[in-house]
Amino acid sequence: MKWRGFSVARWWSVVLKEFLQLRRDRITFGMIIGLPIVQLALFGFAINTDPKHMPTALVIADHSEFSRSYVAAMKNSEYFDIIGELPSEEAGRAALARGEVQFVLNVPAGFTRDLLRGDKPALLVEADATDPMATGMALSAVAQLGQYVARRDLTGPLATLRGGEPPFEVRVHRLYNPEGNAQFNTVPGLMGVILTMTMVMMTGLAMTRERERGTMENLLATPVRPIEVMTGKIVPYVAIGLIQASIILLAAYFVFQVPFAGSLIAIYLAALLFIAATLTVGITLSSLAQNQLQAMQLTMFYFLPNILLSGFMFPFRGMPQWAQYIGNVLPLTHFNRLIRGILLKGSGWADLWPSIWPLLLFPVVVMGIALRFYRRTLD
Amino acid sequence: MNADAGELAIDVRGLHKHFGDKHVVNDVSLQVRRGEIFGFLGPNGSGKTTSIRMMCGLLTPDAGSGTCMGYDIVRQADEIKRHVGYMTQKFSYWEDLTIRENLDFVARIYEMPERRALVDRTLEELGLASRAEQLTGSLSGGWKQRLALAACLLHQPKLLLLDEPTAGVDPTARRDFWEELHTLAARGISVLVSTHYMDEAERCHKLAYIAYGRLLAQGTAAEVIARQNLSTWTIEGDDLMALSQRLRGQPGVDQTVAFGAALHVSGRDGAQLETTLRDAVAGSSLRLAPADTSLEDVFIYMMGRSADNFGAQS
Ligand SMILES: Nc1ncnc2c1ncn2[C@@H]1O[C@H](COP(=O)(O)OP(=O)(O)O)[C@@H](O)[C@H]1O
Ligand SMILES: [Mg+2]
Repeated sequence: MKWRGFSVARWWSVVLKEFLQLRRDRITFGMIIGLPIVQLALFGFAINTDPKHMPTALVIADHSEFSRSYVAAMKNSEYFDIIGELPSEEAGRAALARGEVQFVLNVPAGFTRDLLRGDKPALLVEADATDPMATGMALSAVAQLGQYVARRDLTGPLATLRGGEPPFEVRVHRLYNPEGNAQFNTVPGLMGVILTMTMVMMTGLAMTRERERGTMENLLATPVRPIEVMTGKIVPYVAIGLIQASIILLAAYFVFQVPFAGSLIAIYLAALLFIAATLTVGITLSSLAQNQLQAMQLTMFYFLPNILLSGFMFPFRGMPQWAQYIGNVLPLTHFNRLIRGILLKGSGWADLWPSIWPLLLFPVVVMGIALRFYRRTLD
Repeated sequence: MNADAGELAIDVRGLHKHFGDKHVVNDVSLQVRRGEIFGFLGPNGSGKTTSIRMMCGLLTPDAGSGTCMGYDIVRQADEIKRHVGYMTQKFSYWEDLTIRENLDFVARIYEMPERRALVDRTLEELGLASRAEQLTGSLSGGWKQRLALAACLLHQPKLLLLDEPTAGVDPTARRDFWEELHTLAARGISVLVSTHYMDEAERCHKLAYIAYGRLLAQGTAAEVIARQNLSTWTIEGDDLMALSQRLRGQPGVDQTVAFGAALHVSGRDGAQLETTLRDAVAGSSLRLAPADTSLEDVFIYMMGRSADNFGAQS
């Protein structure tokens, strides 16, 4: 079978060879199992931060002096950036599911009337609490805002309500992670981190190893093509990536009791997509590097921004704009959104699409770069 | 274009290669006939490997052109890879695969029909069957060399490029190996083999000698020897080192080389050399005798002259 010179038989021969070699490589095998376990243990605790300016939508069924001043107070707190008003509570929920907003403020119909009657009506703040670090501080600010507004801003016909107990309550709904459990966020995030580390590291060595052992000259002297070597070499690691993903999912479910809101099939599909993207990075670094040491350095160079800027270590919305731009190029960022979306929110494909297409595009671009740098001669 | 066209298996002209500012291969032209065993000789670092790599499309020449089995070495590298068997100087099969797995991989890469039977047959023919399941990394030099030969014969090439195949291999294995090469040549397979063993040079149909990147001689052993026009004498006896020192620079003496118990003295002016030597041994117990100039004498002579001419500049 041939397609533009691509021979399936030759490609398969590379796949088989890699499997055989991998089977005999005890150290690599140890790493595959050991790394997820060590990392899961290490990252049991999470780092706390206090992100601000998080996108917030308004659903206001009762426009009044009061709602205006409450919104103004939210803005002043700097935790919330009001990005617009949505027509209904359902629209608010959908925006949360898509990850477009972190918070939705609902002012129910008849709020002012109930306030004047002294019925203690409730404001509802819904939060995407997937990442509790991102929402924690903001949500405690929400409650204080209520007191503040009650004391200062009730004017005109509402002035009589000023002072004393606030005449309304602020209800907070933490969606997706009601207890604000940090591990619910960290553990799925770890999946991408561990996969990034092992996948890039192992394939990063794949080409340089051939070069340093002198077997590259032999490969180059045969009719095998660059694309066959590169894609053939990463196939076994797809299997390894799925094994690692399974280890982490088992730990997530049984040890950390992370809820599985979405389907297991969706989780594995997302993992597969991410593994493919990451492996192409590894094989590309490998074809750029002159030797194994360089390959390891490039791996670290790739690994650091992934850890820091993907929303794993720090809440994505807490990062400065330039860092968010970089973060959006990294596959780990999109995988983090995917896996949290599926596991904690049970999001559907339509909601996840903004994170899926970058993961599809990424390996194609990267593989193109790799093939450009694959030297077909020893020059 | 056609692999069956022409009677030259290798025909390259004016090959040059630089690495940085080092001129590693300098104007090398080689013609190897079909069915010929062609020895490619030269000291370490003289450019043998680089030349061979250019012939099989692994390096692009800076200048020059040529064909291997009728395929252009620059533009038809893919065809050359399919029709030429190349054995690298450094063992380059996978040490964490068994002999059989290595051969199986190579057979798959070349998309050989009836792969299993072919691998079995090759194992049998090259006497590898008994170790087929052994990891390659644990084999001795001789076995590795046999595996490498088997692997580069697997796709049934009509031309073999062997880069120092016998380096680090014991004498018995070397002898077997050369027997195998002659069997192959008898079947019509052309072989270019690089080596720095002089005794192997004499087992080749033709040879070429390269030093400092330049081809110094090419032809049959007899032609190469005759062209240098050297007369050689051997001297046996005591204290040959002192004698060697004394003879150097005397009229007619171009070279003195110690070979075990005998001193070889060579020069281009046969008459002058004889006079000088007869004077030198007169009245001593040293035994002087005329000898045939050997390939080794000639190579050492050429090497010395090229060192004088080009050695300093590279
Ligand atoms: N890839 C390379 N880069 C730089 N120098 C090289 C390279 N390959 C070979 N050389 C140099 O070219 C010279 C000839 O090397 P080589 O062709 O391997 O000689 P030989 O095979 O006769 O021992 C040596 O001095 C070697 O150091
Ligand atoms: Mg060499």
